[in-house]
Amino acid sequence: MAEKELTVDKKEVQNPQEFTREGPVFNPDVDIYENDNELILIADLPGVVKDDLDIDLNENTLTINAHVKQETQGTLLYNEYKVGDYKRSFTISNVIDQSKIQAELKNGILRVVLPKAETAKPRKIEIHT
Amino acid sequence: MAYTTIFQPTNRIYQYDLLQNEMNRLFDNFFGTQRRTRNSNVFPALNVYQDSENIYVTAELPGIDVNDIEINVEGDTLHIKGQRKLPETDKNVRYHRRERGSGQFSRTIQLPFPVNAEKVSAEMKLGVLTISLPKADEAKPRKINIKTA
Repeated sequence: MAEKELTVDKKEVQNPQEFTREGPVFNPDVDIYENDNELILIADLPGVVKDDLDIDLNENTLTINAHVKQETQGTLLYNEYKVGDYKRSFTISNVIDQSKIQAELKNGILRVVLPKAETAKPRKIEIHT
Repeated sequence: MAYTTIFQPTNRIYQYDLLQNEMNRLFDNFFGTQRRTRNSNVFPALNVYQDSENIYVTAELPGIDVNDIEINVEGDTLHIKGQRKLPETDKNVRYHRRERGSGQFSRTIQLPFPVNAEKVSAEMKLGVLTISLPKADEAKPRKINIKTA
């Protein structure tokens, strides 16, 4: 797949569900790829501290919920982007070993590693002659 | 290179942000808040704040190494340039989604006041870059004493 260019469009969540907290909520940009052993999800979450990030796995739904505290000094003069919370959900198939999911947040980037269950790993079938 | 003039010379007054807010409000009422994305082809998006001493420019640059960012100040012009590198992945991975962008970026903006270029500082925190630009002495607000007759 071709690489993506840098863009500044933050996708605001458009759904009828209301949030208790005021302000815009955005869908973070994600990359999702898989290799033989795991599924890896990487999300851009600028401004999120570890304590304000919730990753929740309920049934087969992985939900990322992040609150952003806006820490700015002074008054706004010029505005090109808005700051708000992040929320996004994905349906994860059963082939993930849900007990071994790991997540890491660093410099505004969340990386979630979802190991595949043993049964789901591709196996090479040996052919006997 | 993207060049944005924030302030027209004739608008260099404190009233400017009031007018801007009013305009934004009008547009938001009409189009909804989603529509106000200017310069959607330039990166990064910048917010500019001020207090009496400093101008603050912020940008969301998640995962960008500070060594890959170059900030230059020249008079009242601020240049930000850099690149976002995404770590290489193995060849044998299969992508399901690829939404995060990468590549080079460059922006130039004109600040509303001359700044003290020697004292400009920048900080990267949680993927958000904040550049603090102290206003030049002549741009700082001065208290005017009123004489009584």
